[in-house]
Amino acid sequence: MTTTRKPATQVVLGDEAVALGALHAGISAAYGYPGTPSTEILEYLLSTPDPGPKVAWCANEKTAYEAAVGVSMVGRRSLVTMKHVGLNVAADPFINSALVEIGGGLVVAVADDPGMHSSQNEQDSRYYADFAHILCLEPADQQQAYDMTRQAFDLSERFHIPVMIRMVTRLAHSRSVVTVAPPHPELPLGDLPDGSNWTLLPANARRRYADLLDRQPALLAHSEDVAELQLASSDLGVITTGIARNYFFEHLAELGDRPSHLHIGTYPIPVAAVRRLAEHVAKIVVLEDGYPYVERLLRGLLEAPVAIDGKLNGQLPSSGELDPDVVRPALGLPDHRPAVPPLELAGRPPQLCRGCPHADSFHALIDAMVELEGPLVCSDIGCYTLGALPPYRAIQSCVCMGASIGMARGAADAGYRPAIAVIGDSTFLHSGMTPLLDAVADNTDLTVLILDNHTVAMTGAQPTLVPSERLPDIIRGLGVDPDHLHVLRASRKGEADLIATITKELNHPGLSVVIAERECIEAVKRDRRERT
Amino acid sequence: MKLDIILAGVGGQGVLSVSAVIAGATARLGWNVKQSEVHGMAQRGGAVLAHLRMADEPVYSDLIPRGDADLILSLEPMESLRYLEYLSPTGTIATDTHPVRNIDDYPDLDRLLETVRSTGTAILVEATSLARQAGNVKAANMVMVGVVAHLLPVTEDALISEIQSTFARLGDKALEANLKAFQLGRTACAKSTANPA
Repeated sequence: MTTTRKPATQVVLGDEAVALGALHAGISAAYGYPGTPSTEILEYLLSTPDPGPKVAWCANEKTAYEAAVGVSMVGRRSLVTMKHVGLNVAADPFINSALVEIGGGLVVAVADDPGMHSSQNEQDSRYYADFAHILCLEPADQQQAYDMTRQAFDLSERFHIPVMIRMVTRLAHSRSVVTVAPPHPELPLGDLPDGSNWTLLPANARRRYADLLDRQPALLAHSEDVAELQLASSDLGVITTGIARNYFFEHLAELGDRPSHLHIGTYPIPVAAVRRLAEHVAKIVVLEDGYPYVERLLRGLLEAPVAIDGKLNGQLPSSGELDPDVVRPALGLPDHRPAVPPLELAGRPPQLCRGCPHADSFHALIDAMVELEGPLVCSDIGCYTLGALPPYRAIQSCVCMGASIGMARGAADAGYRPAIAVIGDSTFLHSGMTPLLDAVADNTDLTVLILDNHTVAMTGAQPTLVPSERLPDIIRGLGVDPDHLHVLRASRKGEADLIATITKELNHPGLSVVIAERECIEAVKRDRRERT
Repeated sequence: MKLDIILAGVGGQGVLSVSAVIAGATARLGWNVKQSEVHGMAQRGGAVLAHLRMADEPVYSDLIPRGDADLILSLEPMESLRYLEYLSPTGTIATDTHPVRNIDDYPDLDRLLETVRSTGTAILVEATSLARQAGNVKAANMVMVGVVAHLLPVTEDALISEIQSTFARLGDKALEANLKAFQLGRTACAKSTANPA
């Protein structure tokens, strides 16, 4: 019997393709903080058998990014992952890491969430890559997610810059077949780097920044090289980026005269390719998921020499994600949606799981506040944000990770009473400790309720950085008065105690912290499954 | 040849396992498969939608164009109607008739089922009851795989082997219940087709 060797294939999520690409690029380490739709990248790496790279969840995206920079500094490859808003947290090391002399490849995989499936905004990370003067690679499918991630490490080392992989929810969470190539070996540990290229004192930083600017033409030349331009019809030209390419291809058979097409998968925007397209066609349609980043640059400030259709002139919706239907009118295709009779369907929003400890905590909080007039509850990012919906309607805000404590502190300073912050354990460790320190320093009249479910629940129950038992030590260590720090059980049985304690601390004219603790019901179920 | 399936249900019902079993078996045929899933907040007891696209030609978009789905496969009757705009005029709806009433304003069930029947080709099966009979109420999702097996481009054996690899990690008892659920779905569908309600 003879066998032919077929290329190795795997069925993976877009996120997993990024993970696999990084693994096969020979990374020494990967770091991140969980956040939909990026979580599965690190989860996949964590599930690979030892010996493999060092893979770790970190306190937040900033600490994760800095660890990845350190790996690069000593000559080895590293990956750092986060969701789009996580890059706001990591923005400081991100922007500045473009000024140091990147050694081992440093790749930051950022997952944007057009349509806000699981996020508070739909910011577009391509602007961040532009802002930092680095390359951004945007895969169109799972295969490209794998190939581009591998390539990103080479580019990072070639140009001595961090390289961004920009994912979007639809690709991150869509599964398809990927063909993989033989893995690259791990790089050897480097020598002590030249400190003058890593110490961004103004004198060094000016030199490094000039050097970064000097490398820009080379970055542009690279994106010109890889831009995919096909000149066909002189009436219509279509520019696609990332997965928008697939929506264009989906309709290609229906478009009689084949449009000219420029696909951009690598930024900076390939200017010469855009100009060649513009010289060839009478009209350009821009299809891109996220903000109209390419379209806005195309339009500039003065009148463009060709007609441009896109999000800025209403030919495509200015918010939300693209799909095969919304791109049809911009491509001149008729509406394809069938007429559906009006149906009386009830909405089914997400809700806290049956048996969730947060439900008991919210019941207790609501009971403790029942006599109070207009209690202000600032909350945070996590499953407990669902406390905004019926039957609880218990919170007034959710802005960004850790904002609950800072905002409640500000409201208290402004004179509002009572001011309450509700935050989960992992979010507290991510960015709640620093605003609590502010409140300690000022003995702000504020009650902080920490909903401790021992896990990062919303993103699939990743472990928190410290076990629950150590949370009170951390809070005492920040300087919270031990007389006003309480740990209680979040349960039906313990509800009376929790109500009494919250009530007492709401009356205390100073800072108090109440920890309502019980393990996430989904994590309990999972652990039980894994034990059997 | 192509088959576009909208998978619907409520978070926690196992919509993604349905997608994994069908996609896995079809990919083994050498077909191109794209399977768009829902992760994160929406999974918490909310309405869940997944797109499964399979073809022996290239599959471009991860999302099914509206009006193109060959099948809406739903694990819950109200959810079977939520994505009706995706259904092709020649498409089929297959749904469990057992409601998940985790909301206050759930509509009248009889009227709901009547609406499903009036959409054209509809296959309604008491999948949850059959799953209970198979030994695990959570296996209603595999009952529904059995119900639509005849519409898929794969053999029964291919689906069974995919169920085995998907559920093996849950232990023998759970695997057995899921396999039995699949067979009950096969039988129920044969009956419902022979004897339209």
